[in-house]
This record gives sequence, structure tokens and C-alpha cells, in this order.
Amino acid sequence: MATRAVITLPAAIKAGEPFEVRATVAHAMETGYRTGDDGARLPRDLVRRFECRLDGELVFSADLFAAVSANPYLAFWLRASKPGEISFTWRGDKGFEHRETRPLNFA
Amino acid sequence: MKRREFAVAVAAFALLPEARATDDAMRAAIRAWAGRDPEAGTLKIEIAELVENGNAVPVRVVANEPVTGLALFTPQNPEPGVVQVAFGPDSPRPEFSTRMRLARSQRIFAVARAADGRCWQAGVDVIVTLAACVEP
Repeated sequence: MATRAVITLPAAIKAGEPFEVRATVAHAMETGYRTGDDGARLPRDLVRRFECRLDGELVFSADLFAAVSANPYLAFWLRASKPGEISFTWRGDKGFEHRETRPLNFA
Repeated sequence: MKRREFAVAVAAFALLPEARATDDAMRAAIRAWAGRDPEAGTLKIEIAELVENGNAVPVRVVANEPVTGLALFTPQNPEPGVVQVAFGPDSPRPEFSTRMRLARSQRIFAVARAADGRCWQAGVDVIVTLAACVEP
């Protein structure tokens, strides 16, 4: 199944004004501490790294650990002076990688 | 199972290390991230005091001055690290929100790292009635 991500941006951004970005990606964040129905440990499967770039420049990043809930959610604030493209990348175990891009719509 | 085998099995089970970090492990993790021991300071940690479900607890960390990084640590989850964020140079607000797991009632800590090398921490007590990690 294709990975789903939900990204919330303001409908209209003003140049130089802070705006909030919220990003969630569908992922089980399996901790490696739980056991399955057969009693065996479920292997660890985590999203380890999140990066947000504004026109290619890294503006926010996060290293995630097992204590982040399933479907990891992050909200943070950015500022932009001109319209551009915002991109989001999640990387994790078992070669997990998901990328989303959105246009920045200015008022 | 014979009685002796059962006794051995019980002993082996009792010797298994419990999956829980400690204050020392948390301090080591904080030092690894911040590069030094943080001082006590002011950070706003918004989290419910009484949490019913430890599987997804909304938490927000706010610094009262510009910082390069913020991180959350727990002393009594299986591992001390929760999330470690880094802000870009033009970050307008030094804060982030996420949802975390809590394995039990404990005092969680937020740590801030500033561009001039200072770092400080603040903690908040959280009571959890239904912990994460216990149910499949």
C-alpha cells in the first residue's frame, strides 16, 4: 500500500510572517518491545529521521525514537519571504523513505 | 515440565533485564545530544498532567529565546530518547509539537541547545493510567 502523509499549511502565507506546518506520515513505529500473537517479538520498524526543506534549504529536522507514537506527527513554525516549494522527507528502518512536496501559496 | 526445569525457567526469566531506561541512561543520552550536562532553566512543556492512554500523548515544547535544537527525554521508557529537533537559522519560533508514548508515570525532560553553546533543561511530572507498550 502506498504510504499516506497528511500535511497542513495555511491557505495563504504572508511574506516574512511565521506560519505553522503540521506533518503526519502513516507508519506503525513498531518499537521492538512488543510481542505478536505467536509470542515472538515484533521486529523494530521506526521512522528515524524527518527533514523539511524550503526550496532545497533545510529549515527543520527531527530525529525520532521509539517513544514517538505511531503515525508520527510534528508541528513547527517557519518563515518565508517568497513563494516556493516546501518538501518533507521521512526516512526509517527497512529502507522506508517517503517524500512529499507542496507549493507555498502567498496571500 | 519437571519441577527443576520450572525452577530454572523462573530464575532465567527473573534475570532478564527489564526494558526500562534509568536516570543515568537519560543523563548519558542528554549529554550525547547536548555535548554537556544542561543547567536547570526555563522551558514550557505542555502535556496533560493526567494521561489516560500512554500510546499517544500530545506534547508541545516551547523555548523562551531562540535555540538551535530542542529534545525530549524520558527516564522510565525503555529508551531515554523521544525526539530531537533542529531549527534552521531563520526559524521564527523555537517550539515544536508531537505525540509521544509513555510507558509509566514519570518526570519527562525537555532540553534546549542554544547557538552560543549553552544548554538547559526543564522537567514535568506526568501520571499515566494506561501505559504504552504493555498491550499488543
